[in-house]
Amino acid sequence: MPLNMVKPGDEVTLMAIHAGLGLQSRLHSMGLFPGVKMKVLKSGPGPVIVSVGDTRLALGCGMAHKIMVR
Amino acid sequence: MAKKITIALAGNPNSGKTTIFNNLTGARQHVGNWPGVTVEKKEGSLRYKDYEIKVVDLPGTYSLTAYSLDEIVARNFVVEERPDVVVDIVDASNLERNLYLTTQFMELGVRLVIALNMSDRAEASGHKIDTRELSELLGVPVVSTIGHKNRGMDELLQAIVDVTDGRPETGKMGLKYGEELEEEIRKLGQLIEKNEALARRYPVRWLALKLLERDEEVVKTIRGEVSGITDGQAILDQLRRSSGHLKSIFDDEAETIIVDKRYGFINGIYKKAVSRPAIERLSASDKIDRIILNRVLGIPIFLFLMWLMFKFTFVLSEVPMGWVESGQEWLGDTCGRFFSEGSAFQSLVVDGIIGGVGSVIIFVPIIFLLFFCMAILEDSGYMARAAFVMDRFMHKIGLHGRSFIPMILGLGCNIPGIMACRTIEQERDRLTTILVNPFMSCGARLPVYALLIGAFFPEKGGTVLYSIYILGIAMAIVMAKIFRRYLFPGPAAPFVMELPPYRIPTIKGVIIHMWERGVLYLKKAGTVILAGCVLVWFLGNFPWKPEYLQDYDRLKQEARADFAAGLITKEAMNETIANLQNEQAREKMERSYLGHLGRIIEPVVKPLGFDWKIGVGLFGGFIAKEIVVGTLGTLYAVGEADEESASLRERIQKDTWPNGSKIYTPLTAFTLMVFTLLYIPCVAAIGVIYRETNSWKWPLFAAGYTTAVAWIVSFIVYQGGRLIGLG
Repeated sequence: MPLNMVKPGDEVTLMAIHAGLGLQSRLHSMGLFPGVKMKVLKSGPGPVIVSVGDTRLALGCGMAHKIMVR
Repeated sequence: MAKKITIALAGNPNSGKTTIFNNLTGARQHVGNWPGVTVEKKEGSLRYKDYEIKVVDLPGTYSLTAYSLDEIVARNFVVEERPDVVVDIVDASNLERNLYLTTQFMELGVRLVIALNMSDRAEASGHKIDTRELSELLGVPVVSTIGHKNRGMDELLQAIVDVTDGRPETGKMGLKYGEELEEEIRKLGQLIEKNEALARRYPVRWLALKLLERDEEVVKTIRGEVSGITDGQAILDQLRRSSGHLKSIFDDEAETIIVDKRYGFINGIYKKAVSRPAIERLSASDKIDRIILNRVLGIPIFLFLMWLMFKFTFVLSEVPMGWVESGQEWLGDTCGRFFSEGSAFQSLVVDGIIGGVGSVIIFVPIIFLLFFCMAILEDSGYMARAAFVMDRFMHKIGLHGRSFIPMILGLGCNIPGIMACRTIEQERDRLTTILVNPFMSCGARLPVYALLIGAFFPEKGGTVLYSIYILGIAMAIVMAKIFRRYLFPGPAAPFVMELPPYRIPTIKGVIIHMWERGVLYLKKAGTVILAGCVLVWFLGNFPWKPEYLQDYDRLKQEARADFAAGLITKEAMNETIANLQNEQAREKMERSYLGHLGRIIEPVVKPLGFDWKIGVGLFGGFIAKEIVVGTLGTLYAVGEADEESASLRERIQKDTWPNGSKIYTPLTAFTLMVFTLLYIPCVAAIGVIYRETNSWKWPLFAAGYTTAVAWIVSFIVYQGGRLIGLG
């Protein structure tokens, strides 16, 4: 399901990013790549915050919609 | 002979590169606790043992792909300028992600040293990093550093020097991508090697990898869109075959496989070299964020903090401003005595320089205090949250939270604000953010507000000031919305941003921060403002002896003669003479060059309630906004003939139109603040817009539209205010 539908506190695994190559590689380099586990700290509406390793990333609502997790 | 070497500091955004740069070179570059403070490479130098080391601080990047302008700056420097050593500054408390960039440097085959920065924070959060193990696994020297405490710098320099001399040889322990991928890399590599121009310019393996990742810039280069590269077709054909082949084996894009392998490599190293607590607790940062970023409370908290900042600034600056003011008056009186009364030189020093520059200097305390507050908010990590909180809002106008950071920087000065727009990936977002940045009220406009608030809103200073700043932000948002709809239509760019952990700002850090910005203000007062005031003084005083409508000297003589003849009392004589002197001073100024200029401007600003003096001040404010105050300071100092030196504040309170009504009412004062906030950006800001957009179209557009907006909004405020009976 898309990342912005996950409840806060849930831990999920990233499956795929539906975005252009440039954006994909940017997200990869920020630590978001298929297979990575992350915890959702804050969910929509509005931007989402996930914790990946020791990083806190804020993702816009549109962006979060393009990230598929399980 | 000292050996000359060049090193580049690279690393993720907010990993502390600039702090280390400052430590190494003794420079004082701006440091902030948010990603994207450095957008341009900066250079400094130092001597260490027998080496003369040139240090280049690169903008922070997450990788060496080419996603936004600041990343391209960093990558081109490393790839094309080939520094002797790249120092990869790695945030120890965030190791996994930071190592991703490290792997890319390893692929580039550059000589590398890793500075494991903020190692104290990593330890505090329970991470134990075995640096020796890490160094062995990566095949790169690793040095522990704590940038903000200036620790580990000597060790770092020693490692840099050692690596320069080839001890140990780095870059040998490259990561491997598995047989299938390696095969394709080899095939592409062979073709690249045959192309001499390419092989000379780029590391072969890196280029092959970037091709497989379908890096846009690299593909363009091979296609021959960049000068000097030809015959790339064979390589592109091979790339198509390789990609197709890989896709058929893995059922995935080559890019994804490469990323996967890189993270696999990193993960392996991380597991061996790092031990961390098993249970993850909610960190203090997360707890604070629950409140600060709360959906309902977020924006009110932001607005409240801003209000608090202005209130604090205004209340605390009152007393020191009084000191500076009396100091300035004393200086004026004292200096006045050194020159012969009524000479042009006395007038230049007392009216032109002390009156003009002094009226700007008075506001130094308020400027420093505001910068002090902003430094606290920045260093604590709150500003990144403000961007997050505002994202929902910014989203509605077609931008995203990231655009809010340049806007907040613009509150200090629009120039760094406009430059920070480089971190915005999408061109239309970047241009929109650049164009609305001048509405963010910079420090240079503060003297104008402070003067007018001091004179007309002494009770509600903080609130009035706050309303002006909020008006600026609101106008920026409204204009951004209009630009995004009509000038740069298109969908909103995706928003991704790292939230740095909160840090308690250090007193030293905040003071340095405040100082480096405040000093710029002082320097400006001593240069641009000084020159501007002298010019205004000259234009306001010459011709020195104009043709007057009436012969003042004779009239004064007559009054004295009348007194001598016993026709009038002494008081009456003194009053007549004082009136004559004032009239003469006023007429002189009206007949000066500035007076002529003022008469041309006055019809334009009259509907806003401004007289010609304000018009001239605003005209000069194009050079620097403080000049609005400086000009008024000079003009009123010249235009008053009496000996008692009143402050500029008192003088504008008293000034009247020819019909006797007051020029400055609270409504005029507020309108003038609004106009100063919104109208034409200063020369320096226009220059930066030109540089950042690379065309004259946008700076001219910015100058035109802001002035139009300023006039219209001021007109509405002034005439509307009169309609409902204010002033």
